[in-house]
Amino acid sequence: MKTPIYFDNHATTPMDERVLAAMLPYFTEKFGNAASRNHAFGWESEKAVETARKQIADLIGANPKEIVFTSGATESNNLAIKGVAEMYAEKGNHIITPATEHKAVLDTCKKLEKHGYRVTYLSLKQDGLIDLDQLRSAITDKTILVSVMYANNEIGVIQPVAEIGKICHERGVLFHTDGVQAFGKVPVNVIKDNIDLMSITAHKIYGPKGIGALYVRRRNPRVQLTAQMDGGGHERGMRSGTLNTPSIVGFGEAAAIAQKEMAEESKRLAHLRDKLKDKLMTELDEVFINGSLEHRLPNNLNISFAYVEGESLLMGINDIAVSSGSACTSATLEPSYVLKALGVGDDLAHTSIRFGLGRFNTEEEVDYVANRVIEVVRKLRDLSPLYEMAKEGIDLSQVAWAAEPSH
Amino acid sequence: MAYSEKVLDHYNNPRNVGSLDKADPNVGTGMVGAPECGDVMKLQLKVNEATGVIEDAKFKTFGCGSAIASSSLATEWVKGKTVDEALAIKNTEIVNELSLPPVKIHCSVLAEDAIKAAVGDYKKKQAERKASVSV
Repeated sequence: MKTPIYFDNHATTPMDERVLAAMLPYFTEKFGNAASRNHAFGWESEKAVETARKQIADLIGANPKEIVFTSGATESNNLAIKGVAEMYAEKGNHIITPATEHKAVLDTCKKLEKHGYRVTYLSLKQDGLIDLDQLRSAITDKTILVSVMYANNEIGVIQPVAEIGKICHERGVLFHTDGVQAFGKVPVNVIKDNIDLMSITAHKIYGPKGIGALYVRRRNPRVQLTAQMDGGGHERGMRSGTLNTPSIVGFGEAAAIAQKEMAEESKRLAHLRDKLKDKLMTELDEVFINGSLEHRLPNNLNISFAYVEGESLLMGINDIAVSSGSACTSATLEPSYVLKALGVGDDLAHTSIRFGLGRFNTEEEVDYVANRVIEVVRKLRDLSPLYEMAKEGIDLSQVAWAAEPSH
Repeated sequence: MAYSEKVLDHYNNPRNVGSLDKADPNVGTGMVGAPECGDVMKLQLKVNEATGVIEDAKFKTFGCGSAIASSSLATEWVKGKTVDEALAIKNTEIVNELSLPPVKIHCSVLAEDAIKAAVGDYKKKQAERKASVSV
């Protein structure tokens, strides 16, 4: 076993060697521009792009023509939301999205608010699931788009996407989902799931960074978008720019591998995740799982270790790559807004750790990680005045804390 | 974030971890910060009544590595000082000693506050004691 150990597969994944092998010829000998219609170099690239487009479409039950290549899911989210907002501006100006979306969705919505659009931010239930009644009552005559992520990047909670899509379609509203974490990990089908637009990316499924796609439904309903990137009219006019053939080939290969191996892989990862969870919960007291365990990605575990601040825990397990909802580890110096939206208190949000398992993790690594975390949590609890007080029976919520004024 | 060697050293080998009897009239206890903010420091001093010198100091900290290091360092520094000398310790000295980056300056502020709170508690206890003796 080699250290450091990578358990942060929601952030990104290492590239599969098979993906790299598929890509390599397209950097050098097969370098043509897929838009060159009048010579063999172009045809060769175009053929590779179309093969990849089909591989990706097959994984989500779509038609290849419904796949629009982008630079990644951030661009896909921007294109979906801004593209719909602009295209359907005459129909309405209202968008609905949960407060726990990725910043690529939330900040795009905020930008639109500055341009006169109205956005309703839904709160979530304590288990991280959307309240369907709240969604129903939020839809108005002016609503043009609902955007709800398929599975959350922090807590791995999977939303009832098919039902959300059904509600949207009954009201004639388009449904976009950020499918980044679910795509290639759990079965996703745009028809059964009633999805009109879906953002996906290659680097979360063992493909290269810098390539993603937006699924855009062509029938029932036919979704139209205003392009956000103008130029040569590539990708049916929705996203101009010379196609990144090597990365697209890699994206396609990664999707094809996921198609073949997903069922087996998700079983294996769920087993490893459960082993990690059981070990931590047996050996340590006062640990809390954030978000529903039942409706959850097989590779995700988000746990709060009460009375142990997240960054100090990360420091103690510095041979393991995970992430924390602690303020100290975020750029904004605020604890996780996702956990906050679930009603997890700031005190527990500071103590949360996200474990993201992936294709290349082993059972040996899980055992090692569990033991290291247990060891460091115990050490830090010996150091924690809060743990000491809790053990003395003091109710921490009743203590008048002398917080520093700068916070 | 890269930690300085001194922060790592205090994190890996924290000095003076533990608790003193907070009911002891010669022990001053300072508790600063809040769980919602992600840092709570408890710093305790035991003062020699005759000399006014801090004989022992203990801490427990909930917080990031820099907060742990700042409080660990504070316990080292206050030992052997009089309470008034301890009050003169400035957060900027902690920042310099541990090479804390700007985002971690609040950890040093908290450590300075913890010393002040502990000394304040000790002085309050002493004043109450004198008052009760004179009554």
